Amino acid sequence: MQNHYPLWKNILILAVFFVSAIYALPNLYGNDPSVQVSPQHSEKLDLEQANKIESAIKAAGVAVKAFEYKNDRVLARFGNTDDQIKVADLLRDQMGDNYTVALNLAPATPTWLDALGAKAMYLGLDLRGGVHFLMEVDMDAAVKQAEDRYNDDVRQALREAKIRYQAVSKEGVRIKVKLNSADDRAAAAGLLARDFPGLDIMDTDAQDQILLAMSEKEVREIKKNAVGQNITTLRNRVNELGVAEPVIQQQGENRIVVQLPGVQDTARAKEILGTTATLEYRLVDTEHDVQNAVEGHVPAGSRLYYEKSGNPILLDRRIIVTGDQIVDASSGMDQDGRPAVFITLNGAGASKMGKVTQDNVGKPMAVVFIEYKVDTKVVDGQKIRTKQKVEKVISVATIQGVFSKRFQTTGLDGPGEARNLALLLRAGSLAAPVDIVEERTVGPSLGQENISKGINSNVYGFIAIMLFMIAYYRLFGVFSVVALGVNVLLLVAVLSLLQATLTLPGMAGIALTVGMAIDANVLINERIREELRIGMSPHAAIYAGYERAFATILDSNITTLIAGIALFMLGSGPIRGFALVLCIGILTSMFSAVLISRALVNGVYGWRRKLDKLAI
Amino acid sequence: MELFKIKRDIPFMRYGRVTTTISLVTFILAILALSFKGLNLGLDFTGGIQIEVGYSQPANLDTVRKILEDQKLTEFSVQNIGSVKEVLIRLPMKPETNNARLSEMVLAKLKEQDAGVVLRSVEFVGPQVGQELFESGGLALMLVVAGIMAYLAVRFEWRFALAAIIANMHDIVIILGMFAFFQWEFTLPVLAGVLAILGYSVNESVVVFDRVRENFHLMRNTSVADMIDNAITVTMSRTVITHFMTQLMVLAMFFFGGEALHNFALALTIGIVFGIYSSVLVASPILLWLGVSRQDLMVKKESAEIDDLP
Repeated sequence: MQNHYPLWKNILILAVFFVSAIYALPNLYGNDPSVQVSPQHSEKLDLEQANKIESAIKAAGVAVKAFEYKNDRVLARFGNTDDQIKVADLLRDQMGDNYTVALNLAPATPTWLDALGAKAMYLGLDLRGGVHFLMEVDMDAAVKQAEDRYNDDVRQALREAKIRYQAVSKEGVRIKVKLNSADDRAAAAGLLARDFPGLDIMDTDAQDQILLAMSEKEVREIKKNAVGQNITTLRNRVNELGVAEPVIQQQGENRIVVQLPGVQDTARAKEILGTTATLEYRLVDTEHDVQNAVEGHVPAGSRLYYEKSGNPILLDRRIIVTGDQIVDASSGMDQDGRPAVFITLNGAGASKMGKVTQDNVGKPMAVVFIEYKVDTKVVDGQKIRTKQKVEKVISVATIQGVFSKRFQTTGLDGPGEARNLALLLRAGSLAAPVDIVEERTVGPSLGQENISKGINSNVYGFIAIMLFMIAYYRLFGVFSVVALGVNVLLLVAVLSLLQATLTLPGMAGIALTVGMAIDANVLINERIREELRIGMSPHAAIYAGYERAFATILDSNITTLIAGIALFMLGSGPIRGFALVLCIGILTSMFSAVLISRALVNGVYGWRRKLDKLAI
Repeated sequence: MELFKIKRDIPFMRYGRVTTTISLVTFILAILALSFKGLNLGLDFTGGIQIEVGYSQPANLDTVRKILEDQKLTEFSVQNIGSVKEVLIRLPMKPETNNARLSEMVLAKLKEQDAGVVLRSVEFVGPQVGQELFESGGLALMLVVAGIMAYLAVRFEWRFALAAIIANMHDIVIILGMFAFFQWEFTLPVLAGVLAILGYSVNESVVVFDRVRENFHLMRNTSVADMIDNAITVTMSRTVITHFMTQLMVLAMFFFGGEALHNFALALTIGIVFGIYSSVLVASPILLWLGVSRQDLMVKKESAEIDDLP
């Protein structure tokens, strides 16, 4: 029998069909617009709280589709995005700072499918709404910061080892240590080589100086850490913002992708993610004259700063504590009703602060607010980004008594600035400044529209192909259309299993794959007609049609596959989604166009010994 | 139903000079359009800011322009998109400002004037990123071309590879030329469409070439030109039907896919139409001129057949 599949092959095809049907099914249920409430820090969300939230939603007169309380988290599902946003606003007002209220699109997959591990595809930002940022880490700044740090550390190490030096200064990327004698030079070189493995000692002719530069390995390490630490910090900040299912990933050497589904307030998101604001505490230099410093004679141990009012002020070069040593910060009001940030230091910071305040009671201490601002300027037609470090003294207060671990800082512009600063201090500082180099924001209504556009294109295109194929090839057209349908099912199932992100270009990819996949069936059907025309028997024609068309199908699919792979390798974001769909679609179409349609043909015609005509 | 009942082979190769002249002329026109008008590159490649907002009633574009002018913005464009309620604002990169923050400022000003404004989307692409996307797009194109040529050279023979790639690069140039001539916006999805269609169009040549190879075996006493004519004629029906099907799907995207898929579908349409023409009427004459002969393909095949003999 020419046109007969063995039983195992039929069973295999059926099995593939059922498995893919199950894994494609969750996508049909779609997503519910929902609001997620979760506690921050050490807070708990108990059943009582959950009940309170539920009754608050009911009191607002909004219809809730489902209300779930699980793992310290509340998830309320709604019928539409209007209700969702209304409830989110309401809860944000009611729950205060200690809870995160986030918009979410929760998959409405039934539990029995969930238990089988069948999950719907994850919808991309263009379909669910949200913000996509591409951030570039400023590596030069990270390296420069490290150089400055080394400069200070070298000076301190020499001082502690009691090696006398004339000056430690930065010369470009190098650190120059000027010493008094060749003996001191030898001692210093020995110390530096032992204690600073990250620094290379450069060869110089001068007998009384040492030139140091960071080793290549150290620079590489610093860059790697800068990105790594920034990712950690960004993740902390995103958690503070309250976003359901954020994506924070490294891309390339110095870029970070941040995707925040459901975020509407992009202004705040940008402000929180991008700023490198931090605090520094320094003693005020009361010994030298400020006016002298303004004229250019800044004393060696001090630096010139400006207060918010514009008054110049001299501060000690040495920092008491930096933002990195802050373990917790919260905002509020001080006794006089001024916005304040309440700060808790870590052990090292606390002991240093304690020591300094003990020695300097009665002297003034300053709080320096540091922020990096990025500007894009056009110079000679070239766009150049410049980073400006803005440092301003936000408060100067006399040290009244000894304090170490906990204290407060005032002098902020308003409660909003206090809240943001507290958040930033909690989340940790960025190791290096970041710039937003790409942003894509999609509002929730547009996301919903994009979903229906993608579905409509697919459905109407499929119907058109179906009508034409059946009219043109009759029963063989039906076989082809069934095969094409199974192809879509397989494609969706594989994408769901891979947990691929579905985007609008991805939906276009599905449509295009369907439009191209029909080629295989057209090739087969045409070939069968041709064989019939030259006088072959129906059975022989079916057999020859499938056999001969296969080589061509393979060849023609491989060229498209090459294009798909190249796109996947070099494409970014949504284009990658399109390429992935294209590649997988080609592979599934080879299976369905050849095996599924053949199984159908065999099922209908294969068992008939006498076959005079084919409905083709 | 059968639309193509062709009794005798159509002598395509006899018209080879005419068909290739036609495509040469279109090709040159496309090149001219590209060099004089240039591609209207979208935001993805040039960098810039694009803000889409929705109003609850038909939007007054002049008011929007006025608001932007008040902000001392220049070289912006304001237009309706999709319907009269939706407005697309494009802003070029502005020197000496924080471009990432510009969109918020614009939205805030629009909201001052009409509280019912809804943000639909914001796209901001830095100039650096745009440049990179452009470069990786060009690289992808080269990779696709090299990959397909290598595959065809292995699967068939270098003459086939060369003929197919010339024919299909000519499609690409014509798509780009059309985009330049009509100043349609060339975006990232359009580029993806162009590359996908490159892979797809090559199919066409592959199907014909497969037949040519088969004919080299079957038709011993026919000229190469006649064999190619036969190959094209017998695959004619499949060629037209297949492309028609793909086009149905592309039309669905064109009409129902909205703004985002509009130009993508447009690129695919041009690619499909010219794909048929070029792979049949350009690739084959080139193949003939490159002097493909039976020996080129038979060597491998015959040795395989000899092995099969008892």
